[in-house]
Amino acid sequence: MATLREIRRRIRSVENTAKITNALQLVAASKMRRAQERALAARPYAEHMRAVLRNLATAHSGEDAEEGGAAHPLLQQREIREATVLLVTPDRGLAGGLIANLERHAGEIVLSPDRTGEVSMVPIGRKGRDYYARFDIPFRAEFTQLGDYPSLAQIRPISRVAIDDYIAGTVDQVLLVYAQFVSTANQKPTTVQILPVQPPETDGPAQEMPYIFEPSPQALLEELLPRYVETQLYQAILEAAASEQSARMVAMKNATDAANEMVEDLTLDYNKARQNQITAELLDIAGGVEALAG
Amino acid sequence: MAKLSLEIITGERVLFEETGIDAVIAPGVIGELGILPNHAPLVTVLQPGELRVQREGNADEPFFVSGGFLEVHDDTVTVLADTAERGDEIDLERAEAARARAADRLRSEVDVDRARAQAAMQRSLMRIRIGERRARRRASQRGGDPPSR
Repeated sequence: MATLREIRRRIRSVENTAKITNALQLVAASKMRRAQERALAARPYAEHMRAVLRNLATAHSGEDAEEGGAAHPLLQQREIREATVLLVTPDRGLAGGLIANLERHAGEIVLSPDRTGEVSMVPIGRKGRDYYARFDIPFRAEFTQLGDYPSLAQIRPISRVAIDDYIAGTVDQVLLVYAQFVSTANQKPTTVQILPVQPPETDGPAQEMPYIFEPSPQALLEELLPRYVETQLYQAILEAAASEQSARMVAMKNATDAANEMVEDLTLDYNKARQNQITAELLDIAGGVEALAG
Repeated sequence: MAKLSLEIITGERVLFEETGIDAVIAPGVIGELGILPNHAPLVTVLQPGELRVQREGNADEPFFVSGGFLEVHDDTVTVLADTAERGDEIDLERAEAARARAADRLRSEVDVDRARAQAAMQRSLMRIRIGERRARRRASQRGGDPPSR
């Protein structure tokens, strides 16, 4: 059995750890709230963008068929000789299983043995970069230190890289892996294809009143598609930020709870040890008295 | 008489959302366009410029948009702006600095992306124009002299 002093020292140490994890939990909770608000605030733009693209695709598909289909380059499906994966991870750890889950999810794509064609990556976030730097996968670019609340201006260079590589023909498919925010307790690693652009599904028949497109449907697509890619990326990164904070909050809450439980167990041990010591001392004294009397 | 409702949305937030509007004047790529109630469904590309909201009995409300799209559908006007600012939120100093930067870049002989520099120039000039008009109007409402320039 450990001595009283050792147990006391351990209790104090665990208590200090609990204080730290508790502070981290509170910080993550407030950051999570803000990250969620930002993800929510950016949603109307993404939704309208999708609606406009849907209308445009419906109107455009008719013309395409007649002309023999000269679709916009960002819509063109090509044979996939090289695919690139944009992996969105946090810069910092202490986020429970989130990072490992993301890395594993990306690994199913980039490390898959039955993959045909080349594969490259664009890590967004330090954790993913550090992990995949160990493998033999070329990085087309890397982005780190986006901060807790990335802005649209910070995202633009990332979508630029993806679009330029796609148009130049060096990359034939761009996939995005990020942590989808399902709920505070649940973040799901998700893969979406951002290039070639997959126009949103059209639901129901075309509208009774057709849209006027100015200057022309083609010119609109030209302007709209790059922004659509950017919006998808921005949304994903905002969600990933909310996921990171909530994963961290939950992980730190669990750590705090575990530490408090440990303090309870140790306190019990401590009291037992103290009682034993007192009993031993009493017996000592009783023995001494008896020896004197005898 | 039917009225319009208008939403101005940027990538990061909803900037403006109101109903009861009589007309929206927007900077389309092929010219300024005015939208009145009962407009046909329309989607158009915007260029950097001034977007004005008109309401009966009120002064025009100006906004700066740096480009984007405008959709009209069922008397609902939706502006998907790359960036947008209310006329009175424009930071004139920053716009002036951006204009100077763009001018420098256009003057220099080194290899620059001229199209980008020109676009930046256009954006900053529009901002300055809207911002100054706004400042002048406010000054005259207070009865002061318009800022000279």
